[in-house]
Amino acid sequence: MTALVMTGSLRRVRSLATAEVRLLVRNRTAMFTALGLPVFTVLLLSTVGLGEDTGLPLGAMVLTMLAGFTLLYVVYYNLVSAYVARREELVLKRLRVGELRDAEILAGTALPSVLVALAQVLLTAVVAALVFELDPPPNVLLAVAAVLAGLVLFVLLAAASTAITRNVEMAQVSTLPMLFLGMGSLLLSGVAMPADSLPDGVRTALQFVPLTPIVDLIQLGLTGRTPDGDTVGFAASWAEAAVPLAITVAWLAIGVWALRRWFRWEPRG
Amino acid sequence: MAEVIEVSGVRRSYGDYEAVRGVTFSVARGELFALLGTNGAGKTSTLEVVEGLARPGGGRVQVLGRDPWADRAAVRPRIGVMLQAGGFPGDLTVTETAVMWAGTLTAPRPVGEALELVDLAHRAGIAVKQLSGGERRRLDLALAVLARPEVLFLDEPTTGLDPESRRNTWQLVRSLLDDGVTVLLTTHYLDEAEELADRLAIMHEGRIVRSGTVAEVVASQPATVSFALPAAVSRADLPELPGTLAVDDGRRIELHTDTMQTTLTGLLVWARDHGVELAELSARPASLEQAFLAVASAPGTPERTEVAA
Repeated sequence: MTALVMTGSLRRVRSLATAEVRLLVRNRTAMFTALGLPVFTVLLLSTVGLGEDTGLPLGAMVLTMLAGFTLLYVVYYNLVSAYVARREELVLKRLRVGELRDAEILAGTALPSVLVALAQVLLTAVVAALVFELDPPPNVLLAVAAVLAGLVLFVLLAAASTAITRNVEMAQVSTLPMLFLGMGSLLLSGVAMPADSLPDGVRTALQFVPLTPIVDLIQLGLTGRTPDGDTVGFAASWAEAAVPLAITVAWLAIGVWALRRWFRWEPRG
Repeated sequence: MAEVIEVSGVRRSYGDYEAVRGVTFSVARGELFALLGTNGAGKTSTLEVVEGLARPGGGRVQVLGRDPWADRAAVRPRIGVMLQAGGFPGDLTVTETAVMWAGTLTAPRPVGEALELVDLAHRAGIAVKQLSGGERRRLDLALAVLARPEVLFLDEPTTGLDPESRRNTWQLVRSLLDDGVTVLLTTHYLDEAEELADRLAIMHEGRIVRSGTVAEVVASQPATVSFALPAAVSRADLPELPGTLAVDDGRRIELHTDTMQTTLTGLLVWARDHGVELAELSARPASLEQAFLAVASAPGTPERTEVAA
């Protein structure tokens, strides 16, 4: 019975996601954001020499940065626009009169962006390993789990952010706080610049920005480096992961709660 | 169980405004029930509750013996819904839209067949944003029938359609009824209701004020006999015609009567006996439009625009 339900659910999500892939491919702005922006941003930052002071291996730094920017642009920004566009076109309302469940509608709409993001991270991992000689990571599992948790988290945050986004144009403004915080977290939390160059208060606050624990976990998994600058092995990395994992879980819970509380399926009357 | 849709005492509010104020009706298998009413009468708000899109603020709804909101997963595969406004991404083609929808259904009919049913097969490769308003309505109808539903909900299905497309839509709805499909419809077109409905209800300010077959609803309204008198004859010369109400606009006289034959006999016998020629004589039974207008212009109806139709 559960298997049957699962198949039905997968079938429905796949059908919706296929249509969303078509829409993504036909939307040039979204395609550029999805495919070009993260890569360009990372290239730009590398050329100005960011990250040279942190002592992180270049491959790991590029991969962490790209994962972060991908979550921000490809998943978060693109999906705020996509969800709002579908809401204002009454597509979400129409989808709800059929057999699709609410979670399936959100998942099917998000899937193309999530897959593009995942593909970019994987591709960059391969390139980083080949070009920059990525050292064998001490805890791949942690890095992978962090990327997956990040994907889910930013889908949730995108859906929640539609509550403060009246139309697609507004998405350029309403996503700014999250994008600024995310970039702050990427540039200041020890990936691109040494973390100890920041005042303690800022470092502590930065810890609680949604993207920070994800970035910390990816870094920890790839290089064994803790946010404090120590380097640990596989066993110790789990203990170091506890705090960022807890913050991630808290954000996931907040995301689900915000979604349930504020997500609207129809334009405001 | 004969009743496919049962609605009893349903209420629905938006904030302080109560859009649906205790609505009760039922629809039997294979029957078409039409909800009529002015804008803001509460038709769509009622329909959304029956479709399971919204939880009623009070009262009870059963569709196919189940609660359409709580048992959504069980009810949805057996119903088809056509909303008032499309809700299609503009960049997908007609076929892509239908294929997407079919992929979410348990037992859909072939996409080509559904498009054929609504005469959209020749537009299959066209992007939705290039369709006319009427074509979008038909695409919406195609999606609603794609699931081979047992119960079909149609919210103003022919708005914006040209006369020929309207006829085709009616024909499709009739053939579905013949197959035993139950239909709940809202419409602004009274001829559509007269044409299709087995029974109907007229809503006004969130309540059902008239319901029954077209004949029953119309029976609550008087028939009208109208004529003009020659200049030499005044209204005071008319005979006593029991049960009639005369309206005299100075040129023509209208008699409203519940017993048209008796009134007409009395009038004509008097005219013959007095040698009066009644110009422009006409006698017509009440129409659905008349019944509708009587409700819509009922006293205690302040003019206002409302949030949800």
